[in-house]
Amino acid sequence: MSKPVKQIHLAAHFPGVNNSTVWSDPAAGSQIDFSSFVHLARTAERAKFDFLFLAEGLRLREQNGEIYDLDVVGRPDTFTVLTALAAVTDKLGLAGTINSTFNEPYEVARQFATLDHLSAGRAAWNVVTSWDEFTGQNFRRGGFLAQEDRYLRARQFLAATWELFDSWRGDEITADQDTGVFLTDPAPGRFDHHVDQFDISGHFNVPRSPQGRPVIFQAGDSEEGREFAASGADAIFTRHGTLEDGQAFYADVKRRLARYGRAPDELKILPGVTFVLGDTDADAREKADVIRHQQVSGPTAIKLLEQLWNRDLSAYDPDGPLPDVDPLVGENTVARGRASVRMHRDPTATAARWRALAEEKHLSIRELIIAVTGRQSFIGTPATVADALDHFVQSDASDGFILTPHLTPGGLDDFADTVVPLLQEKGVFRTEYEGDTLREHLGLGAARAVRDDRAGAADRKAAS
Amino acid sequence: MPSAPSPLHLAVALDAAGWHPAAWREPGARPRELFTARYWTDLVTEAERGLLDFVTIEDSLSLQSSSFAGPDGRTDQVRGRLDALLVAARVAPLTRHIGLIPTAVVTHTEPFHVSKAVATLDFVSTGRAGVQVKVSGRADEAPHFGRRPAIRFRPDELDSPAGLAALKELFDEAGDYVEVLRRLWDSWEDDAEIRDAATGRFIDRDKLHYIDFTGERFSVKGPSITPRPPQGQPVVTALAHREEPFRLVAASADVGFVTPQDTADTRAILARIRAAQATAGRADETVHVFGDLVVLLDDEPGAAADRRARLEERAGAPYTSDARVFAGTPAELADLLLEGQEAGLTGFRLRPAVLPHDLERITRGLVPELQRRGAFRTAYEAATLRGLLGLPRPANRYAAL
Repeated sequence: MSKPVKQIHLAAHFPGVNNSTVWSDPAAGSQIDFSSFVHLARTAERAKFDFLFLAEGLRLREQNGEIYDLDVVGRPDTFTVLTALAAVTDKLGLAGTINSTFNEPYEVARQFATLDHLSAGRAAWNVVTSWDEFTGQNFRRGGFLAQEDRYLRARQFLAATWELFDSWRGDEITADQDTGVFLTDPAPGRFDHHVDQFDISGHFNVPRSPQGRPVIFQAGDSEEGREFAASGADAIFTRHGTLEDGQAFYADVKRRLARYGRAPDELKILPGVTFVLGDTDADAREKADVIRHQQVSGPTAIKLLEQLWNRDLSAYDPDGPLPDVDPLVGENTVARGRASVRMHRDPTATAARWRALAEEKHLSIRELIIAVTGRQSFIGTPATVADALDHFVQSDASDGFILTPHLTPGGLDDFADTVVPLLQEKGVFRTEYEGDTLREHLGLGAARAVRDDRAGAADRKAAS
Repeated sequence: MPSAPSPLHLAVALDAAGWHPAAWREPGARPRELFTARYWTDLVTEAERGLLDFVTIEDSLSLQSSSFAGPDGRTDQVRGRLDALLVAARVAPLTRHIGLIPTAVVTHTEPFHVSKAVATLDFVSTGRAGVQVKVSGRADEAPHFGRRPAIRFRPDELDSPAGLAALKELFDEAGDYVEVLRRLWDSWEDDAEIRDAATGRFIDRDKLHYIDFTGERFSVKGPSITPRPPQGQPVVTALAHREEPFRLVAASADVGFVTPQDTADTRAILARIRAAQATAGRADETVHVFGDLVVLLDDEPGAAADRRARLEERAGAPYTSDARVFAGTPAELADLLLEGQEAGLTGFRLRPAVLPHDLERITRGLVPELQRRGAFRTAYEAATLRGLLGLPRPANRYAAL
């Protein structure tokens, strides 16, 4: 018996601070002006995408003690942009990355519940963690969190916000003008949450929102991240380079769900990917090569290499070989405030791997960085790309994709006009939205009651 | 010939179904829609139709209550509210001229987050954002955050030494907060984004600045993650009833809202604010002082008073407010406003007792009346909120001359 054909989920990532946006292209617009967000959101909605996604960063990155100036820098506030986008779209989900370290559950729950009300059920939260004092210098609380507590706080933060989201049952407000009864509960929204990271109680002041809770996303490929996602997320945002890696990750994470009493389709796996379209496959490959060289200039290659080496490498030629010296191990002092720094968990081993790769393929520094920093990219004619995307999903390497265009804000236009219709012809992507809420787009059930909440269960498990 | 009076500025304060606790029961009220985007869009577009300078949107980090300590157990009044800044963001793309000023509670929030959120509201509204800063002394809000001890005074103890000290602490912190907001808005120079393909630099890092703020309660490093917004600095406002908040208005705000009960009171309040403004070294800067009034407006003489009586009967108590409550016709209200202007107020923030009724009587009754008297604009004359208020775009404190 053949497997049923899976439906693909698609999302658009508005690229924020990164070196993937080719800002020097004449077609590149503002990454701040609201009109850019409107353009990408309307394109995504025209193409019937599930949602638009925003990343976050709460401190400008620094390298060698200076603000990093080679990439797109500067981004607006996530909640404000997403809520404004709710005014210019009708169905598109609105997903924001919000840090669980330098925020408080009461405020974040209010903001997501408000976004969900004002978008009529389209809010999603990508829960991320942070602990570093560098970012903390922008906040009242400072760098107060020990690194080993970051996932503990994230889990407890999520559990606390769930309690807040569920503190209104949804039937309190009757607003009966004749009898004068506005609400049936004289003190709605009760909550009481006392754990290591939070000692909070009182009354939540936003009535239950259309989705009950926003859709929960989690990013991160670490062991803790996978377990956290399996315990409580609705979707996971990953980056896996190949079909095989994707399949392994997919199988691993879906397997973990059973521990929390969840079915495999309760968690969607969505890698962040790029694409390049051309009239022929060869043409697309050529364009992709040009784009990669625009993304990784010589100076950018040196800066990215410094982040692993943790040393000043400005004297090196980007078109020359890798440094003979080894990375400095220990506290990272060269680059601060970027996620990739923390991804280099074992710099010595990574450097050895990179050296071997460079020797084997005769790569310069720049070519090596181009090779090791690329994410999964679908390159070819619209037909080639549509086939590849479909193959990836039907092979259980993912449930769909979060697409990051390399041009802001028009980088999704061609994809919407050429690839999406081919996916629709294959019957693997919707031609109309079937529901109104993001939970419906993603095929997720209604939010469960919090009393048997999964994050709470995960905490108890972790504590035992 | 007497010179024409400077134009009056007019704003409305939006809160739930209106400022009267029984407003939601009035005909025309939309109590089941208070948590929908359409309700707020309709209200703000109506205010824009009346050419008003701005709307403010109330907020709090607890349930509405007549008790200072927690919920008051009432089921006959509106309870629950949406985040005001996001309500403003939701409305911004659907309006074009009117200023949008949400309330932010500064006692329990992070100035870094609020700074970028208000800057972003300025981007999404292309230059129409402001913020009303509000301190929280409510006993039930601190435990919602669990970060600081509950407040040490009660409202009836505000004039005791302990009350005054606590008040000073809250407002000193609010002053620091506004300083951080403004520094963060200035932390990017306007032309920091250079996109210099020749050197590969997207920004000129010399035009980004650490704000290095250190205060009693918090410190913030900066720079912002969000570039300088269209207005340079969005408009900062605060409501003030006594000396400490007067000092905040004078030292930190662009617009203060005050609640005089008569002309003599108006003059006394203005004298105190102007003196504090001079002490703060801002004598040369424009600080607008708006009078706050709760309004019940009807075209027929006596109708507003009748409506007030009906509302009070429904509520089971006479309605009192920190602000003067006006019930009358648009012409009578116009007289009162011009009298207040004569006493030195530069504008008024009207609090409609019932929405949308009293808002519509403002936009369709009061505004035409003031226009007939040559006292109010007949078209929007500026593209930004600062422009409407006659406030200059601030120079960036960090920019080299």
